[in-house]
Amino acid sequence: MPMLNRENLVNLALAILLIAVPLIANGLGQPFYITLATRVAILALAATGLNLALGLGGLVSFGHAAFFGLGGYVAGILAAHNFSGEPVIFGLGGTNQMWVIWVVSILVSGIVGLAIGAISLRTSGVYFIMITLAFAQMVYYFAISWPAYGGQDGLSILVRNQFPGISTMRPLSFFFVCYVILILGIGLFALIRASRFGAALQASRQNEVRVATVGIRPFRIRLTAFVISAMLTGIAGALFADLNRFVSPSMLSWQMSGELIVLIILGGTGRLFGPLAGAALYVVFEYALGGMTERWQFFLGLILLLVVLFARGGLIGLLAGKAKHG
Amino acid sequence: MLLDVQDITTYYGSSQALFGVEFRMTEGEVVALMGRNGMGKSTTIKSICNLLAPKSGRIFFDGKPTERMPPHRVARLGIGLVPEGRRCFPNLTVHENLVAAARPGKWTLERVNDLFPRLKERHAQLSRSLSGGEQQMLAIGRALMTNPKLLILDEATEGLAPVIRQDIWKAIRHLKSEGLSILVVDKTLSELLPVADRCVILENGKSVWSGSPGELTVETQDRYLGV
Repeated sequence: MPMLNRENLVNLALAILLIAVPLIANGLGQPFYITLATRVAILALAATGLNLALGLGGLVSFGHAAFFGLGGYVAGILAAHNFSGEPVIFGLGGTNQMWVIWVVSILVSGIVGLAIGAISLRTSGVYFIMITLAFAQMVYYFAISWPAYGGQDGLSILVRNQFPGISTMRPLSFFFVCYVILILGIGLFALIRASRFGAALQASRQNEVRVATVGIRPFRIRLTAFVISAMLTGIAGALFADLNRFVSPSMLSWQMSGELIVLIILGGTGRLFGPLAGAALYVVFEYALGGMTERWQFFLGLILLLVVLFARGGLIGLLAGKAKHG
Repeated sequence: MLLDVQDITTYYGSSQALFGVEFRMTEGEVVALMGRNGMGKSTTIKSICNLLAPKSGRIFFDGKPTERMPPHRVARLGIGLVPEGRRCFPNLTVHENLVAAARPGKWTLERVNDLFPRLKERHAQLSRSLSGGEQQMLAIGRALMTNPKLLILDEATEGLAPVIRQDIWKAIRHLKSEGLSILVVDKTLSELLPVADRCVILENGKSVWSGSPGELTVETQDRYLGV
């Protein structure tokens, strides 16, 4: 049973706040704020995936947009084929069932994550950053040049995919779906962090040679973490496509990869609720500053600079103090 | 034969550090690897663990050649290394340091905590916040958690307070009484010689003398160890 220390209290407050905003907005008849909260939940889930690789494993992946976009395209492609009635591959048709889409997103992201990780993890430092970026750009340009699924224009999802027993077209219902998956994703992160695997992953971040001397192969540990990380970000991509009912190559762009890293740094690298804090901060800035100026990202950049210089633990670090793990 | 080091030569880049080290260890034996500073003791240990691959010569552990194995596989054969300088994982807790390394066998978290009760008291503390002695206990505990057939201690008591040194030596004697094979490098001869079954002396990267502690005369000590 985790103790109710300061960080856990902050985490609990964040979880409650995220669910309170859409409930209040629903009561006030303001569905726009429900959509904002859903966006926070989905981006937080994607960043939780990256946090596993970056926060615990020290793997600065600049290519996680590939998994985010792949999840999105799985949702879009399966929905499009379900609508047209044409098979996707090997006679298998599309679907509008979210749970099937999630399973396929996880599988596709995991397989691509395995391939990218198996090659990228043979490098480290700036080479790792560059090679993950290169892979993501390959997927990006592939999507742009694939006219069957919209190419540069992207692909629309005409009707939001369905989940048994839930009316996903209702913003609040769809928010709850995303919220539950976010909490499950954060729970998985917590389980991994507390496990022997998590300890070995963090140890391999700290010193690869020392890890090898206790019989752990850092490559395998990192690859496993990278694949799980890709899967989590992939399912977030599927939800994001359903939120917007649209998927485009912008989900695969390097800016998206950068955004995910920014979310983690803003919230607190390696912190359990860091991605959620970062996503909330990001979406609030986007909404508040974006209403005032098109150059809102300039101000976000300033804030990021301040966080990196003066608050290395991000928002969670500011509110809850230093991390147990550095 | 547990460990068989056959005439190894090892280089740091183009600079040769070992010029032919050879010795053997049987199961349950405690071997003291001795020599003045810079004679190749730590390089020999790195070569055994394949952290620094020998250029020539052969190393067999438990009958298996190790020179071509990556370090993690050498460790999995059953070599537990306590490296020089108390190298724990600083940002992990004591508990995490121990479980990260754990492999099935008779050494469990409970037994390590029994051997070093201080670790149990500090289980939730980050290892970087431990005292030097506690970090050394943790490094030994972590190596034991891999359930090694051979424990290698490289300067395990260096720079520690006398009281803590006594605790570490007590633990080493206990491990010996349990039949664990130990290869130990240490400068405290008064503690090292009573626990060792055999001594191997290195000079200028070569093994130059081997025998029991009883055979280690004052002249030999003067000549090779400078004491």
